[in-house]
Amino acid sequence: MAVNRRRFLKVAGLTALGVAGKPCVDLIAPGEALMASSAKHEAKAGGKRWAMVINLKACNEHKDCTKCMDACHQSHYVPDFGPDNKKDEVKWIWQEPFHHAFPNQDHRFVKDEIKAMPMLVLCNHCDNPPCVRVCPTQATFRREDGIVMMDYHRCIGCRYCVAACPYGSRSFNWRDPRPHIKKDLDPELPTFPTRSRGVVEKCNFCTEQLARGKMPVCVEACEAKALTFGDLEDAESDVRKLLAENYSIRRKPELGTNPEVYYIV
Amino acid sequence: MIEKALIGGKRYWTLVGVLSAIVFVGFLFYLRQLNVGLGVTGLSRDVTWGFYIAQFTFLVGVAASAVMVVLPYYLHNYKAFGKITILGEFLAVSAVTMCLLFIIVDLGQPARAVNIILNPTPGSILFWDMVVLNGYLLLNIVIAWISLDSERKSIAPPSWIKWVILLSIPWAVSIHTVTAFIYNGLGARSFWFTAILAPRFLASAFASGPALLIILCLILRKFTKFDAGKEPIQNLAKIVTYALILNVFFVLLEIFTVFYSQIPHHMHHFEYLLFGLEGHNTLVPWIWVSFTLAIVAMIFLINPNTRRKEKVLAFACGAVFLSTWIDKGLGMVVAGFVPSPLGTITDYVPSFTELMIAFGIYGFGFLILTVLYKIALTVRKKIA
Repeated sequence: MAVNRRRFLKVAGLTALGVAGKPCVDLIAPGEALMASSAKHEAKAGGKRWAMVINLKACNEHKDCTKCMDACHQSHYVPDFGPDNKKDEVKWIWQEPFHHAFPNQDHRFVKDEIKAMPMLVLCNHCDNPPCVRVCPTQATFRREDGIVMMDYHRCIGCRYCVAACPYGSRSFNWRDPRPHIKKDLDPELPTFPTRSRGVVEKCNFCTEQLARGKMPVCVEACEAKALTFGDLEDAESDVRKLLAENYSIRRKPELGTNPEVYYIV
Repeated sequence: MIEKALIGGKRYWTLVGVLSAIVFVGFLFYLRQLNVGLGVTGLSRDVTWGFYIAQFTFLVGVAASAVMVVLPYYLHNYKAFGKITILGEFLAVSAVTMCLLFIIVDLGQPARAVNIILNPTPGSILFWDMVVLNGYLLLNIVIAWISLDSERKSIAPPSWIKWVILLSIPWAVSIHTVTAFIYNGLGARSFWFTAILAPRFLASAFASGPALLIILCLILRKFTKFDAGKEPIQNLAKIVTYALILNVFFVLLEIFTVFYSQIPHHMHHFEYLLFGLEGHNTLVPWIWVSFTLAIVAMIFLINPNTRRKEKVLAFACGAVFLSTWIDKGLGMVVAGFVPSPLGTITDYVPSFTELMIAFGIYGFGFLILTVLYKIALTVRKKIA
């Protein structure tokens, strides 16, 4: 097996630092500038790298459809504080206008169709996630398959991750969410833990679904088949095929976070 | 020595009583926040840090500024500061304590705060901030206590304390540098994404901290028998002057870079802060008051004739303190969140509960300061 760059740095760092060890190397690691544009973490041989491709055209054909968002928020017990309460709002997947989702791509003459198109946004499960870097307790962490997860029991609610996320993907529980959870839940869905107040939450790419060999609930709920989920390491996967056949964009790639949600415009 | 805090006149006990009452009221409001959650504050999904974290940032500066009396005294053997060094160190103790409390009240799950120690994460700047702040608190308690105790016994302080004091000098710089790193390591927030942030923090700290110390010295002279003396106050004033000029210079550097380069997502935050965006202008009047106060203070401080008049100096120091407080304690944190990474503009105004909790923490800080100064002055009086 070839020694990749990250591993080389680790070994070299450990040798140089002697007893100081791994924490120091991890401290240096976030600054690996050269790796920002390519994948920071390389999946292990046979490992997976989950990603999502959103076909905006297909999505736009069902403009008023909210099925993916509803399915996600219901199955994950995301509280609903009502449309007038933006302050306490918690959301995992929602719609934004083009100039909010892609502020650097916006200009006066963007196609009207695209301007009017609602853009689905969610956690990008970045390869180089700033939220994970700043978390003082490792309550938010990146799995080997690329999914950025939250440990709701370890989170101290400092909201440093919220400040670090360039996509506004993270919500904080300003109040007890439990009285605001919609109860009409599909009994077929796996149960998901509700959260307490004072912790941060966000999209988890439906790890609870993946563990059962199923697709994320938003993908399953989408009748337009606008959402495709799969393994980037598998050259035959649907996501890889879609990315090979279509021009795709990502949100704020210039920040080096390497987001794993791709948009086909 | 602590028993010296238990013997005092009516004025001392009144002050202790009033401050304790403020702490108590603040605590009651904190119970409400514990009960309901941080939803009782003015914070929102878009503006997730506000008044608490801003006060924390400002007070780190006040704490770090103790180095401005410690350094000349210990490194340059500048004897005139000998009398006020202890005041600077105790001010640092009080300020760091407030910093830690402001972080605790900002946590959604304060009971889990020890998770930072149980799961040490060297990649997180917040972890390092915890380390340097607690270390700085400990250093200042040890230094001030050992020095004062030796003074009380009229003996030379133990020789090892010299090394602790030397360590405290770079440590003071570190607390504000690390605090700046919390902000300026985030690519997501263009407003803070500037290498000048740490120097700017230090400059405004070395202006506001000594300015507060001058005011405290003047108050002590008026109400107690302690007189810091004219010379140390004048020299502190010079430190305030230089630091203030540097701070204004750094702000202008920032403004040049942002507005000359015209990169929109950098400019938007400054536009929000200075002029308001799309009719949202909560911070605008404050920030212009801050600028005005800084300019007025600079005029009075640079001119030696006005600086030497202690009444004018007291006014100028008040202006410096207020100006830097608005800059860091109101504008700096919130403007980083507006507009949000998605371009939405959400105004933030601290709620009444939030203000009362903050008021309670300030009360606690000044209570500690009162007690510590009482001990220091009583020890000094006994020797004299």
